[in-house]
Amino acid sequence: MVDSDNARTSLHHTLHLRAALPVFLVLLALPHITAALHAEFYVTLATRIAIFALAASSLNLILGFGGLVSFGHAAFVGAGAYTVGILMQHGTVPAAIAWPAAMLVSAGLACLIGFISLRTQGVYFIMITLAFAQMLYYLAVSLKTYGGDDGLPLAGRNTWAGIAPDDTALYYLALGALTLSLLFTQRLLNARFGQVLQGLRENPVRIQALGFPVLRTQLTAFTLAGAMAGLAGTLLANQGGFVSPSMMQWSQSGMLMVMVILGGVGHLYGGVLGAAAFLLLEEVLGHTTEHWQLGLGAMLLAVVLLAPRGLASLRSVWTRSQA
Amino acid sequence: MSGILLLEQALNGLQLGLMLFLLAAGLTLVFGIMDMVNLAHGSLYMVGAYLIATATQASGSFWWGLAAGVAGTALFGVLLEVSVLRRLYRRDHVTQVLGTFAILLMCNEAVRMIWGSQPLSLNPPAALSGPVELLPGFFYPAFRLLIIVVGLTTAVLLYLLVTRTRLGMQVRAGASNRDMALAMGTNVQRLFTAVFGLGAALCALAGGMLGPLLAVQVGMGESILILAFVVIVIGGIGSIRGALVGALLVGMVDSGGRTLLPMVFESLFGAALAADAAPAVASILIYVLMAAVLFFKPRGLFPAHG
Repeated sequence: MVDSDNARTSLHHTLHLRAALPVFLVLLALPHITAALHAEFYVTLATRIAIFALAASSLNLILGFGGLVSFGHAAFVGAGAYTVGILMQHGTVPAAIAWPAAMLVSAGLACLIGFISLRTQGVYFIMITLAFAQMLYYLAVSLKTYGGDDGLPLAGRNTWAGIAPDDTALYYLALGALTLSLLFTQRLLNARFGQVLQGLRENPVRIQALGFPVLRTQLTAFTLAGAMAGLAGTLLANQGGFVSPSMMQWSQSGMLMVMVILGGVGHLYGGVLGAAAFLLLEEVLGHTTEHWQLGLGAMLLAVVLLAPRGLASLRSVWTRSQA
Repeated sequence: MSGILLLEQALNGLQLGLMLFLLAAGLTLVFGIMDMVNLAHGSLYMVGAYLIATATQASGSFWWGLAAGVAGTALFGVLLEVSVLRRLYRRDHVTQVLGTFAILLMCNEAVRMIWGSQPLSLNPPAALSGPVELLPGFFYPAFRLLIIVVGLTTAVLLYLLVTRTRLGMQVRAGASNRDMALAMGTNVQRLFTAVFGLGAALCALAGGMLGPLLAVQVGMGESILILAFVVIVIGGIGSIRGALVGALLVGMVDSGGRTLLPMVFESLFGAALAADAAPAVASILIYVLMAAVLFFKPRGLFPAHG
């Protein structure tokens, strides 16, 4: 049994099945529970959380495990969403075509942007990824044929075997996508590739001296994260039935980053915890006061000052203060 | 005719560039000396513009409003630094991003609570509201001319402050090697509070100058913050000279691109495509510029750290 503090310094990541499996089972049963309680709205909220958990987890792959602080991650989410929207405008509705296409487009963009951005380091990397995301944002704004500034409404959802999924089916799709991507990430991190990636976060010079390819490893991670973000984008477009440039705005990238940091940078479940905490907080505060952003800001600041490693580290902070 | 258009665009570009410089100067020093990502810098610009608009309405004079607003924002900046930001210097960039993002959210919401969601109007002084004839047949708004004068004066004063005074020497020393500056007896902490206050005052000045042209509203800080980041990254983080060059470059390229590109595109590809493509290309031009600069010089044009 590895305790959580050691797990962070070790490069090996377990699924924490003892805690994760019960949660997963509850999530599987969620639509039935909400139906019994006549609170179907919560399925929509849970879908939204799963989608953002997927997007934040993909960012966590490069930010948390690769040490690459990308400030333009929303662009890949938006690119996936736009691919779905544009394909649908031209009559391509089946998910079997649209979803892989969206992931490919996002991955391709990530590969291109990563190739140029990875030449820089530190703050410059933060800023150049931001610049590329802004480029895509303005590109989307200027696409007059596809709605421009106003965005592009979708005719419907992508169909699976000719059937458009309802809210519950979409929830399961989002949950499935999130689960698969977490399993994939865990396998990836524990493989040699993941070990090299995390080594690069700790000491790039040493990894390079050991003869591992630096750029290729980081670029692969960046591209994979882009593809996962693209998948989140397709889900988001399917849920909202709407695609707009505001999905790519830099504040969206900032929000994804906040989710990752809030949940725990470099924890397998960091993105999930962060997305859930952030969106639930938004939901609860949004109901109590229209000035919820003030409370959100205060809470974020408290996390920064009190729990520097995010929510996933709270347990070790707690145990240390008890000792 | 086209000569006059070019001149007007050059002046517009200069005006935007100088205002960006006011914002970028404080940001680049904070970045350079403390290695600190400050997303809340744009909030100071917003708070400055709101304070100036309010003080102008209360006093009835733009100039008194400007003075009071700038002083108030500088004080706000110092308080922010002493209370919160100081705790973030030694932390990593992601934490700084999160912390200053939180401050940004709180500033936006606080401004919305105090002043409401409606944009405020900030009117330029009546004497400067009309156009001036610069050349025979060439009219230019007097207030925009004032912006250029204020921007140039501030740039010169700032340049003198940084290159000719003891404070400036310490700032440069801190930017190029913080630990060495500490070892040589510079009180970097107090220095940074001063730099932060100065940066806040410059933000407010830019807010007061641009307020009459753009709307004074919540969120005004975010869009310009990104531009300021682009400027300091192009110029090289921590370098005042780089901030000036970067700001003028961005200002010129942005306003030049917005007017010249449609004309170029129209002559090349015809009117239909130009109407669609030119605004798109014009709006991403500065980001292309930044990416190009970083591709060839990954640490900006004038890297401050040796």
